[in-house]
Amino acid sequence: MEAELKELRQTFESGKTRSAEWRKSQLKALLDLIHAHQQDMFDALNADLGKHHVESYRDEVGVLIKSLKYMLENLDQWTKGKKIRLPPVAFPGSAELVPEPLGLVLVISSWNLPMGLSLEPLIGAVAAGNVVVLKPSELAPASSSFLAKTLPMFLDSKAIKVVEGAADTAKELLEKKWDKIFFTGSQQVGRLVMTAAAKHLTPVTLELGGKCPAVVDTLTSSRDLKIAVKRILGSKFGSCCGQVCLAIDYLLVEEKFAPELIELLKTGIKKMFGEKPLETKSLARIVNEKHFSRLKSFLSDPKVEASVVYGGSLDEKTLYIEPTLLVNPPLDSCIMTEEVFGPLLPIITLNKIEDCVKFISSRPKPLALNVFTHNEALKQRMISETSSGCITFNDAIIQYLCDTIPFGGVGQSGFGRYHGKFSFDTFSHEKPVVRRTFIVEYWFRYPPWNDDKFALLKRALAFDLLGFILVMLGLRKE
Amino acid sequence: MLRMVKEKEAEIVEALREDLAKPELESFISEISMTRNACNLALKELKNWMKPEKVVYNSYCVVRRIFSYIVYFFSNGDVRIWHMFQAKTSLTTFPSSAEIVSEPLGVVLIISAWNYPFLLSLDPVIGAIAAGNAVVLKPSEIAPATSSLLARVVERYLDNSAIRVVEGAVPETSALLEQKWDKILYTGNGRVGRIVMAAAAKHLTPVVLELGGKSPVVVDPNVNLKVATRRIISGKWGCNNGQACIAADYIITTKTFAPKLIDALKSTLEEFFGKDPLESKEISRIVNSNHFARLTKLLDDEKVSGKIVLGGQRDKSRLKIAPTLLLDVPEDSLVMNEEIFGPLLPIVTVDNIKDSFSVIKSRTKPLAAYLFTNDKNFEKEFVTSISAGGMLINDTVLHLACPTLPFGGVGESGFGSYHGKFSFDAFSHKKAVLYRSFAGDASARYPPFTPKKQRLLKALLNGDLLGIILALFGWPRA
Repeated sequence: MEAELKELRQTFESGKTRSAEWRKSQLKALLDLIHAHQQDMFDALNADLGKHHVESYRDEVGVLIKSLKYMLENLDQWTKGKKIRLPPVAFPGSAELVPEPLGLVLVISSWNLPMGLSLEPLIGAVAAGNVVVLKPSELAPASSSFLAKTLPMFLDSKAIKVVEGAADTAKELLEKKWDKIFFTGSQQVGRLVMTAAAKHLTPVTLELGGKCPAVVDTLTSSRDLKIAVKRILGSKFGSCCGQVCLAIDYLLVEEKFAPELIELLKTGIKKMFGEKPLETKSLARIVNEKHFSRLKSFLSDPKVEASVVYGGSLDEKTLYIEPTLLVNPPLDSCIMTEEVFGPLLPIITLNKIEDCVKFISSRPKPLALNVFTHNEALKQRMISETSSGCITFNDAIIQYLCDTIPFGGVGQSGFGRYHGKFSFDTFSHEKPVVRRTFIVEYWFRYPPWNDDKFALLKRALAFDLLGFILVMLGLRKE
Repeated sequence: MLRMVKEKEAEIVEALREDLAKPELESFISEISMTRNACNLALKELKNWMKPEKVVYNSYCVVRRIFSYIVYFFSNGDVRIWHMFQAKTSLTTFPSSAEIVSEPLGVVLIISAWNYPFLLSLDPVIGAIAAGNAVVLKPSEIAPATSSLLARVVERYLDNSAIRVVEGAVPETSALLEQKWDKILYTGNGRVGRIVMAAAAKHLTPVVLELGGKSPVVVDPNVNLKVATRRIISGKWGCNNGQACIAADYIITTKTFAPKLIDALKSTLEEFFGKDPLESKEISRIVNSNHFARLTKLLDDEKVSGKIVLGGQRDKSRLKIAPTLLLDVPEDSLVMNEEIFGPLLPIVTVDNIKDSFSVIKSRTKPLAAYLFTNDKNFEKEFVTSISAGGMLINDTVLHLACPTLPFGGVGESGFGSYHGKFSFDAFSHKKAVLYRSFAGDASARYPPFTPKKQRLLKALLNGDLLGIILALFGWPRA
């Protein structure tokens, strides 16, 4: 590992990765890789998580193609830098913000979107001109080995390396000095990453999760309600079977509206996943036995078990869990205190839908908040009285696809952000560069100090031009 | 706060004199007026900063959007054509609009430093308040007069239910760091910076670390020597006698030019601070006996003591050290391996001025890098190949006074930035808010997945209009 890191450092020092040509060639090569190996990516994702290839395309492969194209389209503009206006104290002078790569970055990704969450940050790091080590998750072994095998065939292996391995490899990597660490995963590991980074003063971006609520207001239009139900189900069960950081964790709904919603959810599930959901190809499976038993233990709490109104069957052999609806499981049960990260959907009923504001703001800040409503006042309250990584009105997960809005958490759901230009910024240092000339020189900037200089400086720093001139001409004394 | 600074100006000057023997005018320029300017700017701009940022999607043209709308219409009905004009996000998530809302992070901790004990305490506080946070400020115990003044005046002038000063030394700081904060901004050194970040990791608290480093000054022989000399002196001894994080740490110039530069520095220093600089009232003293001992140790290093070309006088009882120039000290001497933070200025000579790059690059990234030159090409090369928190051409320190520029380090000089709007941003969470309507719902997003849906998704994510139409009508496309 030592030798590989040294090679990467040398590549960075050589300045090769700073050139726009290199960055673009790598992004194009990645695009070629995806086009050439699309089927292999589908196969790997299917092997790891039982994902349907259309789901894989929608959530990972297709999104990467979109991101790469967006990067290639905009990169020239971003690398140019920005001109900045200067205050009068610095006159005459000019200033700009020059983005520069940070150096050697480490990307640690997770198993639920093993391609997307590995390559999306990698795209940002490469676009910003860094050299990168990617450590994919060992819990998605097929995807991990696909990346390790295929990336060196298409990308510059002197600048981009994949290191496979489990916790001890990650630990070993974290002991090294990096210029940036980008981590996607759990809070518990996030703490370890940041603690390790502190030793070398390495800035980190932590993309964590949290319990993302969805508030469903009483929607009167049956058409809107139908679409809302589709969007809820699609983003709870349709994306890696709920094992996504952005997936809806639980629903908040008004008590008298709940029965209608539950009925619609039930029929919706049947329509999307069929009468026998354990056999459908459209549903991903649980990643491994550990997570399976974690989800199983949620249900084994008798009070939680009693709250199941739909589904609840599990197949230990194939690791499939049926889409399951629960109504009002106890708020102190594990399913309501931990991130669910699976196909169990608790529905919490409230007296009034406005109570959701207090419910949400009294809990740790989630990565995303989804609100289905036409009520503008409620929308405003949600924005100003709750805090979350992002808010999506009348939809879920879709914000992941927008290159123009930042993706990232706050509080317990992490910090730092990426996607589109934000990815570029995350892996860049914006260096302010101020240029001055020798032509104009203010004598009053320098000691030995006297009262005249003091008066001039006072005026100059307060940007009081008239006063400044008066003092200079000796027409005004302080 | 503005009123506080204005009414207590005399007391502030007095406290700074007591802590550092800071000349009144220097206190006024670098602490009082900087704080006042930061307040005024925040008051003037706050309304703009707080406004949600509308997200504009710049790459897809309107025509394409109109077509995409028609396509969506065919996929699910319900036309509300005006949404077309609201759509500022991408084609994939059309129709929708998005904005980025700044929200306060919560309770923030600001730990400040002793060298600019007033400015470095209040400047971040201004940002934190502007962003709407509650603040705890811990001023440095090494500048006790300013610390106790801050504790007194903040209590009197600001809202105590939201803004507090906690005085104390290491035990108090450690106790503070054990608490959970929503953001920590620390100004100081890398050793404590590591401790702060490791403590923050426990609670997943984001941090801004404002550290220091050895900031180089490269002097090309072709410059206006008189002006350059004055600017170097004001950026070294005029900055709290070198005890500033962005003060010039060492000079790099050519062997042949060094004697001329030294002569110019000698005569200008005499002009500024008189024949006996230990008696000058225009220069700060060393903060305490610990730092005095550290600096004299640097000077008494046997590799260094013979290299003094000017100064070297000291007065232990009054904690004064004269401006000292050192010529060609060895690379491995102590003075070239730690941040000097005092009135010693080593001059490193190179054969060719371009060799300065390797001297700078062999060290950790500095907080600031200064270059004096009239050669545009050399300047350009310097900007692209040297990494530093900030960069200033043909002047020193001035970039700090420009609130339009972010102030912060990179690598060992820290991460995160503040000043002006950047302060507001440093203490805000940028919440992405996506508004979607129920119009135009693409059924392709939801399971059960079919080959037709895959084709449609592919076309949607790629913004490929023809593909969308073909997919909708069921024609396969290679």
